[in-house]
Amino acid sequence: MKLAGAGVAATSMGALGFSEAEAAEIAHVRPFKLATTTETRQTCPYCSVACGIIIYSKGDVRKGGNAEVVHIEGDVDHPTNRGTLCPKGAALKDFVKSPTRLLYPMHRKPGSDKFERMSWDEALDRIARLMKDDRDANFLAKNEKGLDVNRWTTTGMLAASATSNETAWATFKFAKSIGIVGFDNQARV
Amino acid sequence: MTNAWTDIKNTDLVVVMGGNAAEAHPCGFKWVTEAKAHRGAKLIVVDPRYTRTASVSDYYAPIRQGTDIAFLNGVMKYCIDNGKVQWEYMKAFTNASFIVKDGFGYKDGLFTGYDEEKRDYDKSTWDYVLGDDGFAVTDPTLEHPRCVWNLLKEHLAPYTPELVEQVCGTPKEKFLKVAEMISECSTPTKTMTSMYALGWTQHSKGSQNIRAMAMLQLILGNIGVRGGGMNALRGHSNIQGLTDLGLMSHLLTGYLTMPTEKDTDFDTYMSTRQFKPLRPGQTSYWQNYKKFMVSFQKAMWGDAATAENGWAFNYIPKLDVPAYDVLRMFELMNSGKVNGYICQGFNPILAFPNRAKITSSLSKLKFMVTMDPLETETSRFWENHGDFNDVDTASINTEVFQLPTTCFAEEDGSLTNSGRWLQWHWQASSPPGEAKHDSWIIAQLFLRMRELYRKEGGAFPDPILNLSWNYEDENEPTAEELAKEINGRALSDLMDPTDPSKVLVAAGKQVVNFSQLRDDGSTMAGCWVYSGCWNEQGNNMGRRDNHDPDDTGAYLGWTFAWPLNRRTLYNRASADINGKPWDPTRKLLEWDGSKWTGYDVPDIAPTAKPQDVGPFIMNQEGVSRLFARGMMRDGPFPAHMEPFESPVENVFNRKMRGNPVARVFASDAAQLGTSAEFPYAATSYRLTEHFHYWTKHNRVNSALQPEFFVEISEELAAEKKIEHGGWVRVWSKRGSVKAKAVVTKRIRPLICDGKPVHIVGIPLHWGFTGSAKKGFGPNSLAAFVGDANIETPESKAFLVNIEPSTAPKDKEASV
Ligand code: SF4
Repeated sequence: MKLAGAGVAATSMGALGFSEAEAAEIAHVRPFKLATTTETRQTCPYCSVACGIIIYSKGDVRKGGNAEVVHIEGDVDHPTNRGTLCPKGAALKDFVKSPTRLLYPMHRKPGSDKFERMSWDEALDRIARLMKDDRDANFLAKNEKGLDVNRWTTTGMLAASATSNETAWATFKFAKSIGIVGFDNQARV
Repeated sequence: MTNAWTDIKNTDLVVVMGGNAAEAHPCGFKWVTEAKAHRGAKLIVVDPRYTRTASVSDYYAPIRQGTDIAFLNGVMKYCIDNGKVQWEYMKAFTNASFIVKDGFGYKDGLFTGYDEEKRDYDKSTWDYVLGDDGFAVTDPTLEHPRCVWNLLKEHLAPYTPELVEQVCGTPKEKFLKVAEMISECSTPTKTMTSMYALGWTQHSKGSQNIRAMAMLQLILGNIGVRGGGMNALRGHSNIQGLTDLGLMSHLLTGYLTMPTEKDTDFDTYMSTRQFKPLRPGQTSYWQNYKKFMVSFQKAMWGDAATAENGWAFNYIPKLDVPAYDVLRMFELMNSGKVNGYICQGFNPILAFPNRAKITSSLSKLKFMVTMDPLETETSRFWENHGDFNDVDTASINTEVFQLPTTCFAEEDGSLTNSGRWLQWHWQASSPPGEAKHDSWIIAQLFLRMRELYRKEGGAFPDPILNLSWNYEDENEPTAEELAKEINGRALSDLMDPTDPSKVLVAAGKQVVNFSQLRDDGSTMAGCWVYSGCWNEQGNNMGRRDNHDPDDTGAYLGWTFAWPLNRRTLYNRASADINGKPWDPTRKLLEWDGSKWTGYDVPDIAPTAKPQDVGPFIMNQEGVSRLFARGMMRDGPFPAHMEPFESPVENVFNRKMRGNPVARVFASDAAQLGTSAEFPYAATSYRLTEHFHYWTKHNRVNSALQPEFFVEISEELAAEKKIEHGGWVRVWSKRGSVKAKAVVTKRIRPLICDGKPVHIVGIPLHWGFTGSAKKGFGPNSLAAFVGDANIETPESKAFLVNIEPSTAPKDKEASV
């Protein structure tokens, strides 16, 4: 990652001998949007072509601060897409900033017609409790022949094939160690 | 993909069949354009619709969906009949010369051993004759009447151009033109690539569709070479990765398989998995299975996995059925046998067939958890949206948790592309609101459950209490920590086997790749095929050297490809039996008299002599399989089968419906329609402006393609008095949708088995959340039946009816 600079235009203008009036004109020009943004190398999360992209953000998460995406474009150094993007990749900023991005854990009570906000702690404690109670009630430790089978079929999980390999490995460890066998990703469909 | 996106530029002929790369994989398709422009390559498209890929093709042939095997078998027969075979390759690198047991045969659309009751085959005759030495008997002259080559010719005999036309609806002269263009790629210096996607997988015989093309590619000598291969264009950005990592019911990581109830202990499990070579001197790489399995178990359970307890084999669940795949899970759910369900980045009520059944199933859950960066229809399945989601909210007692996750821009990690490149990405922005990383959420659920088990005890807590979870902050394992675990490390000093006084890898150090993994508990690795991704050299997935010596398209310095940074699978087959490249202008590897050299990481031991060791090292035979033995449930050769819902009968056996061994649950069998009631053949697909059900949340994409539609031919429109742009109702035995009609020349009626077949095209991007107009998906109509081998739903071929209609009503409008 590096900080994109914006100083070049102004200095070279002076070197070319532009007059004061022209310098004033230049001073009015809106600074480039991408100046002083952080560039991050990324990959389009949609299809498996996995085009390289560069995300320009205001701020830098590496430096501990907040960062906000201001622009996304194709990575010209990437061997597959060489800077090009399709209509999906070209509109990626719209996904990051979609009005329907989820912001808070929400909870729907049985029979209710609405979602209500819930804290992370409350939601996670309640899910863990529901899962443990179901596992304890329905875990099949042995089959009818007395063999250890350690299966939990009454709770299942679908894993997201847009998550990273690293998230997937953490998810795998969790799901298989608690005995979930109804476990698939989008490759199945 | 066996090859990389960037390798497609090396091809002479691209066959797009079972996919639509120009629309679904646009920037990858640019390499087809490149091959056409700079190599003079040709493009063939075979598809029920004249797609945008077809619009830039050199030749287009229509086909009825679900009949690809008949077409491909026809092409194979054409090639063999006309001597268009890469003979040297086929003889040396396939099992053509292997002798098959007496008793194996094929009649009336069925192979030997069919049991109608069980809907299964007794596959005992589907195998080689073994000699006294335990090796398979072969006849290199190919004269033996029972050798694979002769049985294959016999099997293909009925697939004449006339039969292809009768079954597929492809006019004979169009079929012959395609067959002729393909057959030209049988010379060692001409190569064809196959690019396919869900158009081949979403069938009750999807695996056999792919097999048929793979066999054709082997006969033509196009596997392992530059510009060749079998190139599955995966749908999602990391569907390849999640499969490699074993996030499936029947898998563990790296294609190790889940134990079944037959695997009573570790040794029994291993006894059916360490495949001995079937021919002398062959590699049969799975002989190393135990090293990968033990290292995996050590990665999962650390010190709790010991030699004495079979490396904690007891902790792994044992399956009683082939898989608890999604169709089985929703069948169980719908019969009240599932209480909880977690959907991480997954939208089943738009993704799975027979939406009414999916909604009914979710309504029977006690609790459901969704994890997603965006709203999904699934998290709101209980909400009434008039015609678009007509549910009785008050009667649905499922407790729902909707958890907000980060999206790609807000996290670090790697994604595996279709060409098996693991590409690292870096976090660029802060998560919105209280959205959290998936890995944090998973860690929280795990830690909370572990705490409950510590405090309260409960059902078999051992695998949970002992799961290895050693991260700097156990609340949130970092991507780096997880990647290093996937790669693997030495748990004690690994001594050099050739010099026991030398330490090869010191305890605690990352292994360089899977060649250093051991079966004695001294190493751990989460996923052996990924080993090498983050070793002592650092994060190889983050490498960005885009040099490409001699423009081969390999890019060995760019990120990391599994296995071992190899870019083209089976690349040893790019050279002849003596190790000389088939095509010197497209060299990948060459035998220099003592070792393999070239542009790629050899897919064979670097010093394995070319005459002695076959190129298909994962197979016990050392060669590829034209005859699959008993490894496929529905036959060792691909045979024509109709979709379960088909407008015509199977010409090989008019009583046979669908795939004779595919699993069909009783309630779903009752919901299969007939062509008398539902005369039109429907199919589903994607549009270039949208990605599944995500981009309808984006204003730009929603503006580009705002509204659900179906596509029909001018002929069908005239017959049904449907106007272009008018409303229609489309319904199947399982559901009904309303859509705008697009009347187009891109779809034409086909003549199959003597009668006209009309095709209805249904794109899949609409729902009731997001910025686009509310709409439906083809899954409201598709049948709940899967592929016989892997249970992928038959979403590409089902029957519907259609009539002019009025607009659907939303809730507000109806109140
Ligand atoms: S930009 Fe388009 S082609 Fe590239 S990865 Fe994204 S969706 Fe695929």
